[in-house]
Amino acid sequence: MRLEPIKNPSLGRKLVPPALALTTTIVIASLLAMLAGANPFSVLGLILKGAFGSQFALLETLNRATPLIFTGLAVAVAFRAKFWNIGAEAQLYAGALMTVLLGTGFLPWPSAALLPVIILASILAGAFLLLIPALLKTRFGVDEVVTTLLFNFIFLLFISMLLEGPLKDPMGMGWPKSARLIPEARLPRIFEGLRLHWGFALALISAVGVWVIQTRSTLGYEMRAVGLNKQAAAFAGIPINLVLVKTALLSGGLAALAGFSEVAGLKGSLTLDLSPGFGYTGIIVAMLALLNPLGVVVAALFVAGIFVGADSMSRAADVPTYLADIMLAVALLLMVLAIMLARFRVVRD
Amino acid sequence: MCSTPVEALSLDAITKRFGELTANDAVSLSLNQGEVVALLGENGAGKTTLMNILFGQYTADSGTVRVFGETIPPGNSRAALDAGVGMVHQHFTLADNLTVQENITLGVRSLLSLRSDRAGARARITALSEKYHLAVSPDARVGALSVGERQRVEILKALYRDVRILILDEPTAVLTPQETDDLFATLRLAIADGLSIIFISHKLHEVMAIADRVVVLRHGKMAGGVRIADTDKQALAAMMMGTEATPPKVAKSTPGAALLELRNVTTPDVGNAPGLRSVSLALRAGQIIGLAGVSGNGQAAMADVVGGLVSPAQGQVLLADAEVNNWTPRAAVQSGIARIPEDRHKTGTIADFDLTENAILERYKSADFSTRGWLNWGKSRAFADAIIDKYDVRCPGADTPIRLLSGGNMQKLILGRVLEANPQVILANQPVRGLDIGAVNYVHSQLLAARDRGAAVLLISEDLDEVMALSDVIHVIADGRLSPAFDRGQMTPAQLGLWMAGQGFEDEVAHAS
Amino acid sequence: MEIIEILFTASFWAAAIRIASPLIFATLGELICERAGVLNLGIEGIMVAGAFAGWMAVYSGTGLWVGVCVAMIVGMGFGLLHSILTVPFGLSQHVVGLGVTLLATSSTYYAYRLALPEVTSPPKIQAFQPYEIPILSDIPLLGPALFSQTPLTYLAFILVAVVAVVLYRTPLGLAVRAAGENPAAVAAQGLSVTAIRMGAVMFGSGLMAVGGAFLTMSAFDSFFFEMVNGRGWICIALVVFGSWRPGKALLGAVLFAAFDALQIRVQQTSLGTQIPYQIFLMMPYILSILALVVMSRRAEVPAALMVPFNKGER
Repeated sequence: MRLEPIKNPSLGRKLVPPALALTTTIVIASLLAMLAGANPFSVLGLILKGAFGSQFALLETLNRATPLIFTGLAVAVAFRAKFWNIGAEAQLYAGALMTVLLGTGFLPWPSAALLPVIILASILAGAFLLLIPALLKTRFGVDEVVTTLLFNFIFLLFISMLLEGPLKDPMGMGWPKSARLIPEARLPRIFEGLRLHWGFALALISAVGVWVIQTRSTLGYEMRAVGLNKQAAAFAGIPINLVLVKTALLSGGLAALAGFSEVAGLKGSLTLDLSPGFGYTGIIVAMLALLNPLGVVVAALFVAGIFVGADSMSRAADVPTYLADIMLAVALLLMVLAIMLARFRVVRD
Repeated sequence: MCSTPVEALSLDAITKRFGELTANDAVSLSLNQGEVVALLGENGAGKTTLMNILFGQYTADSGTVRVFGETIPPGNSRAALDAGVGMVHQHFTLADNLTVQENITLGVRSLLSLRSDRAGARARITALSEKYHLAVSPDARVGALSVGERQRVEILKALYRDVRILILDEPTAVLTPQETDDLFATLRLAIADGLSIIFISHKLHEVMAIADRVVVLRHGKMAGGVRIADTDKQALAAMMMGTEATPPKVAKSTPGAALLELRNVTTPDVGNAPGLRSVSLALRAGQIIGLAGVSGNGQAAMADVVGGLVSPAQGQVLLADAEVNNWTPRAAVQSGIARIPEDRHKTGTIADFDLTENAILERYKSADFSTRGWLNWGKSRAFADAIIDKYDVRCPGADTPIRLLSGGNMQKLILGRVLEANPQVILANQPVRGLDIGAVNYVHSQLLAARDRGAAVLLISEDLDEVMALSDVIHVIADGRLSPAFDRGQMTPAQLGLWMAGQGFEDEVAHAS
Repeated sequence: MEIIEILFTASFWAAAIRIASPLIFATLGELICERAGVLNLGIEGIMVAGAFAGWMAVYSGTGLWVGVCVAMIVGMGFGLLHSILTVPFGLSQHVVGLGVTLLATSSTYYAYRLALPEVTSPPKIQAFQPYEIPILSDIPLLGPALFSQTPLTYLAFILVAVVAVVLYRTPLGLAVRAAGENPAAVAAQGLSVTAIRMGAVMFGSGLMAVGGAFLTMSAFDSFFFEMVNGRGWICIALVVFGSWRPGKALLGAVLFAAFDALQIRVQQTSLGTQIPYQIFLMMPYILSILALVVMSRRAEVPAALMVPFNKGER
């Protein structure tokens, strides 16, 4: 077999494969639910209900989507320039760490001054963390996939060390947990009485911001050019390494905002289970969004919905929550295949 | 001399479509044992597609392939190889990091066999290379070989498999005239042993020298077949193009001041290709300088230096008599150098960018298209529209991804992109490679017009005819060294060929000093 | 000085060899994939799946070697999935690899929960026991270190030699290497690049799974979540460190494991107790990055690594 590019794919050609990918994902999830002895229709219904079925569920989904929008944006920005940042998890913790360092009383300022400083510091922390793999890549040609992956392990151990050492909360009953943020460092709720914090709004603003950068700025143009064709970009005079470093800074900063938002908006302190893999899930979010920053918001809601829904379904139907992870992995693999099939025709030689 | 010729190969009514394009339309061809048939045609005429079908890389939509009377199952290279068909591709199919012997023996023994009989293979390779004068060491890493040596490995690969039919796709494009003669000598030895050859080329004098018969393809169809004895170059050219093409007329020009000058420039080698070795060259206003030479002799290094991609390791680059520092592609563009790259698909354009995005690729940072880091899409779009209009780029619109355009239209966009900036110097690296005759004439006339406007043009081409037709002054490049300047009409192709083979350089050095 | 003493104990080297074993399997597996031109980032997840599959098979009553085979087959299954998507369809090897890791990991955890719904601590199996090779195991220092290991460790070392011989001395190995250097050369000689690459990825993935199974069936006797813990990613670094050569990769794995064994022992010394244990745990990952930095300039990367091949495209 051979793949032949389709010059002008029809609308059906563009829409049918992704639709088939989603359908197949649901069919596979149903089969797995049956394997667990549950009725697939009720399982899917429970997931849907648990994700969007009530105000509480919806807010829970929005809250879960918030860090995923940030990490999804981080990955989308990096992958667009073919900079394979798999280290959003570590950058998330870098942002969280900075939030705790500055927000637990070190800077006794009012919110209006404190929050912007923390946000900026978090961005810098995440950017700095990704700067190292970026420089290793541009200076020594070290593949960033492995270094960013390994950084996740290193940085989590570093956080663990801090939480059992200098950052340990004296009031924490011996748990490895930081002190709580002062009230001024907390992100307020958007609506009084509703459990949704300003981190979600910040995520939406970031998505729009990234979209504007990608489509309107020379930097966005450079990042897309480098991602699509390094050779032509270099010939045209685009400084590839500089663009990669800038991309890394932006990507790391965005991922760090996820950590800031989780600590300042939701948890109030730093623990080792702050992120259940938001950094890795960001890859799925970004790919499902076809690396489009606005699409990231939709994809993050979808992914968060599946997680939140699967949690509540698991309690009700006794199907392991890992069903959600399987669904997302399957959706990811089928979606990249679908995108390809929308642009190429499979022909015999 | 066989009194009753044995039919070695017969292609019968081969048709192959790629989407809307019909690459081969009911093409038939036959080849007798010990015969050389030349397959002639312009770029895109369907020669390579036809040979890939014969060799089993593609499956034909209809038609049959028979080798010595046996029908070959379609789409199966293995079957073609087993039937004795071998192919030397235009772009060599060798693995650089493997040895000559490994490349030759790859896939010959069953993958399930546990031993590779390396001693036996080695003896056989040595014997073959002696018999056919194809000197190459079996243990050499292919990456360390010259282009000519690599071609020997390719031919050995075929001979090692006892091929009875050998397809040679543009085999002389990378050879000096002398190496071409050696190749022909080797081929004649093999023909005497009963080998049949299909020889793909567009160099008419070579076709006349080696072939018994010529088959011409045009737009995927058979345009005719003729015995060499019954034809001449002019008739073949007319058959190939369908019409008498009228190349643009070249008037004499008077050169002006040196706009860009290289003084004793030396650059490092890039892989197997040599860098420049102490090259001095002045590009003057109102003059086309042609750079002739066999591929891989330093042309890429020359283009990289002029285009700002490489800074000289030694020597100077001078712009209007002032030495430049910090020589980058952006500096080159800002200094008014128009750069037409060798590979329009890989270096000249970004396939998934639309025409607008490709049009501003070199100058998106200039005040024309952006302010303080924000792009002005309106102006960019207007610029692209202007190019499309003025340079007759056939496309659905400026928001079309450029990968949907034909090579000729892509090249017109690149031309417009660089010429609209009113360049002082134009670097045209293989500007018409792979274009059909209409686009070729268009590009050439644009280069001549730019010269007449007072631009300095450096034309790099491996096609000696193109260089001789357009250039006011010709230099030959061989192994990174530059020949003295020859005026238009001063040298015959044969004399230039000697320079291309590297002869004359030492004398010249002695002469100059 | 305590550190020097550690280096001369047989138990230290025995531990190093034991720690190296799963890395050897998985590194060989990744090396085969990459030699054929495919980066397999599914390695981490495939090791998890292999660890569970082999252990679960034995727990369900099969023999230990059958368990190894089950792990191998499961690994090859994920390898098949990876290679279908990356070879004939030519999809991004980065994305597919990470997707396979996610899929393998989550489906393993799902299967674990389904198979053992009620357990709080995972059951144990009768794992591979050390087998002392007669005579050789009596050599001082070397004997207990090298020749008193479990059969799976011996298998790992034998495999290094087998893979090296196949890669460099057989027509099959030549075809695999050529597929990673220039697939067009392979196609021009009438071989199927798709078949060679898919076969290499499947076999390599099988070895990764056996590497995972070593953890549950030889190093330990039970399955835990997070037990692979980045070993797969380390193996990818080891392939680079070993310049894509089996012998050098073995050396890298043993060096790496020796360092790991050392840090475990140093933790227990008077000096070690003063340093946070996380510093020691970080060492393998930091070491991997350093190895990458040092080797990245010198290594001869297979020329067609991560370059998909579409027949007839030029």
